[in-house]
Amino acid sequence: MFWNRAELACQEMVELVTDYLEGALTRSQRRRFEAHLAGCENCTEYLRQMRATIRLTGSLHAGDMTPAMREELTELYRRWRAEGD
Amino acid sequence: MHLGLIAAIVLPRRGRRRTPSEDADGELVARLRAGEEQAFLALVERHNASMLRIAGSLVSSSAIAEEVVQDTWLAVLRGIDGFAGRSAFRTWLLRILVNRATSTGMRERRSVAVGDAGPVVDRARFDASGAWMSPPQHWVEEAEERMLAQGLAQQIHAALGELPALQREVVLLRDVDGLSGAEVCEVLEISEANQRVLLHRGRSRLRQALEDELGGS
Repeated sequence: MFWNRAELACQEMVELVTDYLEGALTRSQRRRFEAHLAGCENCTEYLRQMRATIRLTGSLHAGDMTPAMREELTELYRRWRAEGD
Repeated sequence: MHLGLIAAIVLPRRGRRRTPSEDADGELVARLRAGEEQAFLALVERHNASMLRIAGSLVSSSAIAEEVVQDTWLAVLRGIDGFAGRSAFRTWLLRILVNRATSTGMRERRSVAVGDAGPVVDRARFDASGAWMSPPQHWVEEAEERMLAQGLAQQIHAALGELPALQREVVLLRDVDGLSGAEVCEVLEISEANQRVLLHRGRSRLRQALEDELGGS
């Protein structure tokens, strides 16, 4: 890959963001990633946006169960209980 | 009953009332074993929506997804005494679900390529040295504000819907349902490395969708 080159390019940085956020980079890779970030406002912004994307996706949440669904699964439970008797 | 992906997913988590379903799974499982119907319903309340989302991304219709989910609950009832608790209840549950959804034969998941080829950001946005030529413009605060006003959830949902199935499953499990990377691997039976590639591609596409929505280049 591109680790043997002196500096990471922005184009390489965007492919490494998830490995960085997931803690999957080695210590030296991480250092180089952060060294690039320190000197690059654009990549810093990109990372900020990836973090925001994760946060926003995480704020989607399931709706409540509909009464019909609740009823059907209650019935399922009772049928299962009856089965066991 | 209406259980479409959209209905299941667009409500922001903020302000949700606390319900008995917030009880820990472990306690509910113990009560279920003791024969308590309410414990079953609390588990259902807690997990049904993510199950519908995940099943919905694996099968071809929401009717089939509902069937798979009901089937899974029945398997849970029948298997609960044998559930050893070695993995988290949720992991066990979702794995049953995914196996059922895929064996329903709607899609051969194993043959789906891990990543679509190509870079996650358009090559044309970088110069020959790989430096940004068309850099990302700032929109994070605007996105947060619009999310609070509930305007942005639909866009994120739509973008999720356009992801390739496995990418979507990984993002749903990881970022919406909050499973750990290891749990996602267990549920989907994929390697850590593949999980990360799928997550990377999925998240990157969602970021691009937000950028498209919020301006910037």
